[in-house]
Amino acid sequence: MKRTAFTHFHEELGAKMAPFAGYYMPIEYTGINNEHTVVRTKLGVFDVSHMGEFWAVGPKAFDFVQKVTSNDVAALTDGKVQYSCFPNDQGGIVDDLLVYRFGDEKYLLVVNAANIDKDWNWCVKNAEEMGLKIGEELINASDDIAQLAIQGPLALKAMQKLTEASVEDMEFYTFKEITFAGIENVLFSTTGYTGAGGCEIYVNNEDAVKLWNAVFEAGEEFGIQPIGLGARDTLRLEMGYCLYGNDINDTTSPIEAGLGWITKFVDGNDFIMRSHHQKLKEEGVEKRLKPFVMIDRGIPRQHYEVVNEAGEIIGEVTSGTMSPMMKQGIGMAYLNKGYWKSGTEIYIKVRNKSLKAEITSLPIYKA
Amino acid sequence: MNIPADLKYTKDHEWIRVEGNHAFIGITDFAQGELGDIVFIEIETEGEELAKEEVFGTIEAVKTVSDMYMPVAGKVVEVNEALADTPEAVNNDPYGEGWMIKVEVGNPAELEELMNADQYKESIEG
Repeated sequence: MKRTAFTHFHEELGAKMAPFAGYYMPIEYTGINNEHTVVRTKLGVFDVSHMGEFWAVGPKAFDFVQKVTSNDVAALTDGKVQYSCFPNDQGGIVDDLLVYRFGDEKYLLVVNAANIDKDWNWCVKNAEEMGLKIGEELINASDDIAQLAIQGPLALKAMQKLTEASVEDMEFYTFKEITFAGIENVLFSTTGYTGAGGCEIYVNNEDAVKLWNAVFEAGEEFGIQPIGLGARDTLRLEMGYCLYGNDINDTTSPIEAGLGWITKFVDGNDFIMRSHHQKLKEEGVEKRLKPFVMIDRGIPRQHYEVVNEAGEIIGEVTSGTMSPMMKQGIGMAYLNKGYWKSGTEIYIKVRNKSLKAEITSLPIYKA
Repeated sequence: MNIPADLKYTKDHEWIRVEGNHAFIGITDFAQGELGDIVFIEIETEGEELAKEEVFGTIEAVKTVSDMYMPVAGKVVEVNEALADTPEAVNNDPYGEGWMIKVEVGNPAELEELMNADQYKESIEG
């Protein structure tokens, strides 16, 4: 099992640890509800070093990224980040990812830990077809990079203490390469998976310990705490952010998943299976991923059936939890046509009972 | 780890405290720690006669769902209704405020088959 550059800190802090995507990761430290609340109200630190990082560089980099991702890379400018996905050649999704543009010949792709090998093989296959040199123009840096996500309304204010560069006023989904906590060439990105604001900071493994110590020292006066993967999941679900493997997978179209906004059918964006997804968008899909909140008391869980008032199966839950902020069960489900409108009543089968729920709009938790 | 000496325990991490003909049942400190934040308790067996090891309710943590089993046969005479609004009491006070059900013990001889505190401690540390 792989360890990150921060694993010893988690162990020293007494975190509940478990294998996740081949890494030994912290699930919780003080408890999911406490950690979740800390991120929503103050700031918390996630070790996200398990994420994968691929570089695409050189004269063919733009065409490569444009082909393998669904969003329009031409819309990116230097210093901007884009949420996107890799469509596969079967109409589904290989993974979702972030695309960073450093220059017109330099892009960073940040992918899910669980999919690093699959994504790499997929990228290599397509890059080779386009004539990119693997190892030179497409580089897998996943094992060399450590990453912390500092998330919460006070995150940027606290991190500003560690750099002379201006970070507190950075726009969402932008990045800078800066000297941070005395470390040079730090990638500072105002991205995240919590909806609470904040940043994600990438360094080389050898600078990881220095980064961790500096971040906690700077955040101490604001009430900073380490946050595990448990709260990462409840935070993202309150926002209705997709989790690969739950809400999207090799068989779901981004159109079905509500990711039409990152699937751009503009001139010049000839991504893999574009015409298939465009047809789905124009002709409509049979099922769609929709967020819902429980009206009856109960907690929806992945794979629970969704039924209508007559008891007919109309869908399946892909993610569910008790919302720590709303104190209410929340989830997402693929639902048949006719049950997509906000306010529509649906029923979740929980231990052979049908509990009433209601389709809602995103984000599920409206601060 | 808090394992009171005056209680009996099951391998499924329930405790039982006998008071005359009645007994209180809950989950252990070890169990609540493993589950993490408890957010929902569902017990719909009030008034029912249940066999030993039959499910009397369900406990949900943020990430997991677990059934709870009868340590001995008995009739469920009371459910801790306060847990509906304060499920976190199971985390904070598993042997006190976090009790789950009160039962009429069907066959007191079954109590002898349960683990004492030392045996339970050994079972979770072993």
